Amino acid sequence: MTPTIAVLLIITFLLSTVGLLLLIWSIANNQFSHGQQSARTIFSPGEEGIGEDPAEAPQRQKQELPDAEYRARHDADQSSRLATLSWLSSSVFWLLLGSAYGLLSSAKMHMPELLANSEFLTFGRVRPMHLNAVTYGWASMAGIAIALFLIPRLFKTRLAGGRFAVIGAVLWNIGLVLGLGAINLGLSDGKEWLEFPWQIDLLFVIGGALAAIPLLLTAKQRTVSHLYVTSWYFLAALVWFPFLFLIANLPYTFPGTSGATVNWWFAHNVLGLWVTPIGIGIAYYMIPKIMGRPIISYQLSLIGFWSLALFYSQVGIHHLVGGPIPTWLVTLSIVHSVMMSIPVITVAINHHGTMMGNFHRLKDSPTLRFVWIGALMYTVSSLQGSMEALRSVNVITHFTHYTVAHAHLGMYAFLSFILFGAVYFIMPRLMNWEWPWRRLIALHFWLVSIGILIYVVSLTIGGWKQGVELLTADTPFMDIVRMTLPYLEARTIGGSLMTAGHIVFAFHFVAMLLRKGRLQDQPTLFRNPAREVSQ
Amino acid sequence: MKRALAIMVGAALILLLATLTLVVMPYLQMSAEQVPPDLKPYTERQLEGRQIYIANGCVYCHSQQPRDPSFASGDKDRGWGRPSVPGDYAYDTPHLLGTMRTGPDLFNIGARQPSKDWHLLHLYNPQAVVKDSIMPPYRFLFRWVRSVGEDDTVVRLPEPYAPEEGYIVPTEQALALVDYLLALDRTYPAPTLPEPEKTQE
Repeated sequence: MTPTIAVLLIITFLLSTVGLLLLIWSIANNQFSHGQQSARTIFSPGEEGIGEDPAEAPQRQKQELPDAEYRARHDADQSSRLATLSWLSSSVFWLLLGSAYGLLSSAKMHMPELLANSEFLTFGRVRPMHLNAVTYGWASMAGIAIALFLIPRLFKTRLAGGRFAVIGAVLWNIGLVLGLGAINLGLSDGKEWLEFPWQIDLLFVIGGALAAIPLLLTAKQRTVSHLYVTSWYFLAALVWFPFLFLIANLPYTFPGTSGATVNWWFAHNVLGLWVTPIGIGIAYYMIPKIMGRPIISYQLSLIGFWSLALFYSQVGIHHLVGGPIPTWLVTLSIVHSVMMSIPVITVAINHHGTMMGNFHRLKDSPTLRFVWIGALMYTVSSLQGSMEALRSVNVITHFTHYTVAHAHLGMYAFLSFILFGAVYFIMPRLMNWEWPWRRLIALHFWLVSIGILIYVVSLTIGGWKQGVELLTADTPFMDIVRMTLPYLEARTIGGSLMTAGHIVFAFHFVAMLLRKGRLQDQPTLFRNPAREVSQ
Repeated sequence: MKRALAIMVGAALILLLATLTLVVMPYLQMSAEQVPPDLKPYTERQLEGRQIYIANGCVYCHSQQPRDPSFASGDKDRGWGRPSVPGDYAYDTPHLLGTMRTGPDLFNIGARQPSKDWHLLHLYNPQAVVKDSIMPPYRFLFRWVRSVGEDDTVVRLPEPYAPEEGYIVPTEQALALVDYLLALDRTYPAPTLPEPEKTQE
């Protein structure tokens, strides 16, 4: 037995003992008592049963909520306006830029001569620019924006220290411009997900910390006694990201293969401990709020939270299955990847269980439709991820387009859909204006949905076939390349639809900022309820 | 505030544990690994070439990590070499293990394709060497000259790909990159091969 395994065993033993003691302590101290009552924290008294949705007329809510409550919420929403908009508008810009780079890289995969004369547009630079623009530009900035909007609502007070967040957004944007520029000039740090030169990374650490100040200040002034589960996810994500980003970017610290383990420990934690908590935190707020009914099991949501923290933090090394690193390390990550099904199932029970009996609402409410599909895709992509970590599956899918399809199922069909849905909820409240054109929302929805469907299906099939053939040395390598071409072309078609959807979304977003369209006394739905009645 | 603090401290402790198992312990174990005696450190020029490899994102399509034949038999049978061990990467910072095989593994490309001419031609126009290749050309690493100077290496382009007049010569960058690629030769025996992975989940 190597000393490493002995140390592992000792840690496991100590950990389970501590866990057991914690459990006994929490039962003895009634820590499990906040049950369903706590799930109602997000509602005002008497609000349960009334959905809050841009799809629901604000007049109706005003009538049914006590005036003071309504005004307090309106105040809370308005208090975060500048901070939220500064992060959100930037994120929409980076979404457009990131999509353009993504589409270009996809096209270059089957048209190698496309724009091939310039070193600034070569595939190996455009592809990481896509990844970094959509991860740190779109997903992170939109996630922070929505968190900034939800914080005052969750704590039922005004946002405190919003100006720190605005400065944070400025620094973060400067970091993105410099970082993407550096990749474009060939100054990448060379590790996937960590391409930005480490000197520039400091801007993200400071910018992120500045965005965190309002969260802490507002938590201090809160008027609710219980912290709703969404704020748990936000608080934790806020601790995790700077920690991860700082360690993984330490220069000259991790040579050779230990650099690879740090690289993938970080890369999967950006998904698991940064964008995932933000995404499911938002869904935990939006779904019950729009429905007007609390989530079905509050206790499960807390178990889900802690098991996510415990298991997700150790899955990263499944990206190196079969690689030149100790076997115990890979096995540890595989075990945790499979254990991830526990938090995923608890979240699924809560999200989808709360939806039960209300699926007809998907027809009207843009927010609910985007958020719920996103939540469903979280379940799907996470369970797929657990399977993919198994050695018998990974031996086929590793090094293929299958992984790329899986990554987009998670980052796009799950996370981006939830972010889109939340934006449709937030903007009318910040701008005191309804979305101008409901057909544009429908167009956005169908373009991105069909786009991601084509994307994921084609690359999943193509990637699987590629993986099977790679294991058979009798198949010449170039035959595999030729075999994948139609799937890569299909991906470009899917990607074009998604990009077109983003242009529609960004156009509508700008129109909203400028308050275009008519003054409406009713919200913008997928279907016009008044017309339905008259028919 | 107390509860918010408890959540944040709990979250930090859990991540600390993960850092211990996934960062610190592998670092301690792998930095103690034996470096294969036949592995040579990169030369100055090869390191320059390695930077060109990084700058142009070769890693997004090429891995450098053949797997154990008892696990994934294709890797060895395609001639990509024996399974790699941590010691093989002693001089690789940052690592370039890669996660994609749109193109073949390059752990031993220097042994598979030892010809400098081949590499220059392939970088200048991949399709001229490998029919239907989807690798992009790296023409921006080359320049056109009317007449060849004394120190210039000429890219030996076959008839349909050659310019009508003059010659194509590699820049210093292209030469450094080829130097690096030729150094990717780990055909020496590895003192510490990983144990075959018997358990298959």
